[in-house]
Order: sequence, then structure tokens, then C-alpha cells
Amino acid sequence: MKPPSFEYFAPTTLDEAVALLAQHGDEAKVLAGGQSLVPMLNLRLARPAALVDLNRVTGLDYVRAENGHVVIGALARQRAVERSADVAARQPLIAAAIRLIGHPAVRNRGTVVGSLAHADPAAELPAVAVALGAEMVVTGPNGERVVAADDFFVSYLTVDLAPGEVLKEARFPALPPRTGWSIVEVARRFGDFALAGAVATLTLDDQGAASDVRVALFGVADRPVRVPEAEQVLRGERPDDDRIAAAAEAARAALVDPPSDVHASAAYRRHVAGVLVGRALREARERAQASG
Amino acid sequence: MKRAIALTINGVRVEAEVEPRKTLADFIREDAELTGTKLGCEHGVCGACTVLLNGEAVRSCLIFAVQADGAEIMTVEGLAQNGQFHKLQQAFWENHALQCGFCTPGFLMSSYALLQENPNPTEDEIREGLSGNICRCTGYQGIVAAVKSVAGSAE
Ligand SMILES: Cc1cc2nc3c(=O)[nH]c(=O)nc-3n(C[C@@H](O)[C@H](O)[C@H](O)COP(=O)(O)OP(=O)(O)OC[C@H]3O[C@@H](n4cnc5c(N)ncnc54)[C@H](O)[C@@H]3O)c2cc1C
Ligand code: FES
Ligand code: FES
Repeated sequence: MKPPSFEYFAPTTLDEAVALLAQHGDEAKVLAGGQSLVPMLNLRLARPAALVDLNRVTGLDYVRAENGHVVIGALARQRAVERSADVAARQPLIAAAIRLIGHPAVRNRGTVVGSLAHADPAAELPAVAVALGAEMVVTGPNGERVVAADDFFVSYLTVDLAPGEVLKEARFPALPPRTGWSIVEVARRFGDFALAGAVATLTLDDQGAASDVRVALFGVADRPVRVPEAEQVLRGERPDDDRIAAAAEAARAALVDPPSDVHASAAYRRHVAGVLVGRALREARERAQASG
Repeated sequence: MKRAIALTINGVRVEAEVEPRKTLADFIREDAELTGTKLGCEHGVCGACTVLLNGEAVRSCLIFAVQADGAEIMTVEGLAQNGQFHKLQQAFWENHALQCGFCTPGFLMSSYALLQENPNPTEDEIREGLSGNICRCTGYQGIVAAVKSVAGSAE
């Protein structure tokens, strides 16, 4: 189908974009890569009166290493971040997550920050942000504020952004030493949104015990979720196969009410989530051990 | 309110006044009258509308023409030169990489972009590079074979 008509603005500075958004309130939408918004417009699932296109704003497409973080600006395309040397060296989990998003032509346009702002519960990057404890830098008419990822994702396609606000950048903590990582998912076809997926990081101390463990799931709730029940099983322990199996079981048991739809029942999602947590933790352990 | 835009398609400058909601795909087909670019799903899933925007493969159903103001576009019509098929077109023909042909312009542009970036892809890389394009006829084997047959050969 064709999109409904809208007023179109293409500001060249972030201040101008914020002013336009503030002026139009909840009638306006930000347009970034368009890989989620334009399908919704074409299907007429969204009918904003105004679009504020960020694509002509200069200086927003950065990816840089800064104070132990990888900082990604609102217009950095997924494809560029996937190939960034800083990302590969400091936080390879981001690049691995991006490779699971759609297809090359989709990643050529889609932005990392747009995926976070869109907050599809089955999306990879919001789960990575929650697992790593990323920070969201929001700019609005009243200046800038920083929101923790866990607070930012509110529910299905809903984030902590008021009308008039723009997500300016996301700051992902770099991977600490002796830390392994993994992101795994089950999808119906290559490049599709996941039915369920798991993100894990695991840090080993000198004795080979897990000093830090993070587990997050996507596709199993109305937002990406950390799974403290699984993390507890491993924290301070040697991550052998039995412990990891127990952590996976704890993740499965902790899933109260995963969604049920034509693609997968709640019971299937719960089962798969447990399997994926086990797989992700084993892979993270192998990478942590290999990192010396 | 219509806006005046100017872009270059296959080396030819095209100017028009368009409504902001007009997609680049519709602009290419209706205003530039280049109907090689096809529309299958109009929501980003099938890849039939794939064109090159400043050298990168994109879905033209997910970009508005106003966003492409000033850009360089290449469509399937830009592949053949002087009445001669591009080697990819020749390879598609020789490998039975099409039946109805509706998906073909999208596959050709995705293949072209893939080979620009990676002139000698493995079969897995070809399959990944073309994963965003859907074909309802061929079963894909001929398409992969066609791209493979030109992989590694210079422009
Ligand atoms: C075929 C296909 C397959 C896909 N598969 C996957 C997949 O497997 N996993 C996945 O995660 N995604 C997938 N996607 C969606 C992904 O590609 C999008 O890029 C991403 O969800 C949104 O990013 P965008 O830059 O395209 O944002 P847009 O589509 O431009 O915007 C999305 C939403 O976020 C808001 N927004 C965007 N940027 C900002 C900002 N800076 N500040 C405030 N609000 C903002 C917009 O207003 C809009 O509501 C797929 C898309 C397609 C077409
Ligand atoms: S028509 Fe654009 S992807 Fe299907
Ligand atoms: S040849 Fe008919 S859809 Fe591909």
C-alpha cells in the first residue's frame, strides 16, 4: 500500500529537529533509517501528521570509543557499526547482534539507535543494551538526560521518550578483560525477527570462577529482560556444564508468561529460551577462556 | 505540499515535483518512467524494489523520493551498456536464474552490490548477500549458480 500523507521536515541540526518535534507534539514522528517506520506507514499502521527526518542532520553518524564505552550516534547505520574496528575491538557483541538483523540492504539504511527507539521486543539490539547496561542519551526541549537501558524499554514498541525528545546516542560499556559473550536466536527464516533469543556475557576471575554473569532474553516478553535467576546460579561459581544447565533451567522456570502466537506457542518459547540460555552461556564461557 | 527534487538515475538527471509521501520506488517507476524496478510487498520484505543509492543496495519502497534529493541512483536499466547485457544479466540468462522475471531486477541489483563489495564471494556469502530477496519461481539454485559463475571475474 501507499503511506498516508504527512508534513515532511528535513532539519539539518539536532536543535532544529527537537524544536520541530516539540512544536508538533505527539502528532510527529522521527524518521531515521525508515526500516521499521516506513513499513508501518505503508501498511497504514502508523499515521503521523508530521515526519521529522534526521537524515540531513550532520555529525550524528559517529561510532567512537570513549571512556570505556562504545558510543553510537543516532545516524550511524547498522552496516557501518557492524564493520567498525572500534566495535570489533571493544564490544564485538554489538556487531554479532547486527548480523542477525534482516539483510544487507536493510542494514545499509537501518540505524542502531533507531532499533533501540523502536523497541521491538524481539529485536536483538535492545536485549544487548539491557544485558550490557547501556546508557541512552536523550535530547529534548529541556536539555539532555541519560536513561539506563533497563528503564528505557517500557513495553511493546514503547520507550521512555516524551514527545519532542530524540534519542541522540547510545553508550555501550566495552567488554571487560577475560570476558566472553554470545548472542543466539531461533528465527523462522534467516534474517527474520527472532521467536526467542538470548544474550550472555561471562567474566572469569583468576580461579576460573564467574565473577560477573549477564543473561538477557528477547522475544519472550513485551520488552527485553535480564534474567537474574539464571545469573545467580553462576555468580562466583565455576561455569561447568552442570552449572550452566542449572542456569538454563532457572531461566526457563523464571519465564512467567511468554507470548503465544501463530509462529510459536508460549510453551515452545519457554523451552527454546532455556535451550538458548544454555547455548549462549557455553559459548560465552569458551570465549572467556580463549581470551586468556 | 509538493517539493521540487533533482536526482541522478543511471547517470541521467531527473527533476520533478513530488509529494513527500511518494516512495523512491514509485518515483522511479512513475516520474522517471523506469519500470524495471518492481514492487512486490511495499513493506521491506521481498527485495523486488532493490536499487543502489549512492552505491549501496537499498529497498526503494522504504525511502521517500524527497529523501533521495541530490542522490545518485542506479536501477536495473543501468546495468546493460551499449545494448550489451552486463555479465550478471548474461549469467542469469545462461543459468536459468529466472522464470517469470518479477524478482529479477531486485536480485540483479543485490548481486551487483554484493560483487562490488566482495568480488569473489563464497557460496555462503552469496546466499547471505541475497537473503533479502524472495523468488517464488526458481528455487534459488539457478540464481546462486549465476552469481557464482561471475564471481572472481573482473568487471
Ligand atoms: C525485512 C526486514 C527485516 C528486519 N529484521 C529485523 C531483525 O531481525 N531484527 C531487528 O531488530 N530489526 C529488524 N528489522 C528492523 C530494523 O531493520 C530497523 O532498522 C530498526 O528496527 C529501526 O531502525 P531505523 O533506523 O530503520 O528506524 P526507523 O524505522 O526510522 O524508526 C523506527 C521508530 O523509532 C523511532 N526513532 C528512530 N530513531 C529515533 C531517534 N533517534 N530518536 C527518537 N525516535 C527515533 C521512529 O520515530 C520510529 O517510531 C527488519 C526490517 C526489515 C525491513
Ligand atoms: S517492494 Fe520493497 S521490499 Fe518488497
Ligand atoms: S522468477 Fe518469478 S519470482 Fe523469481
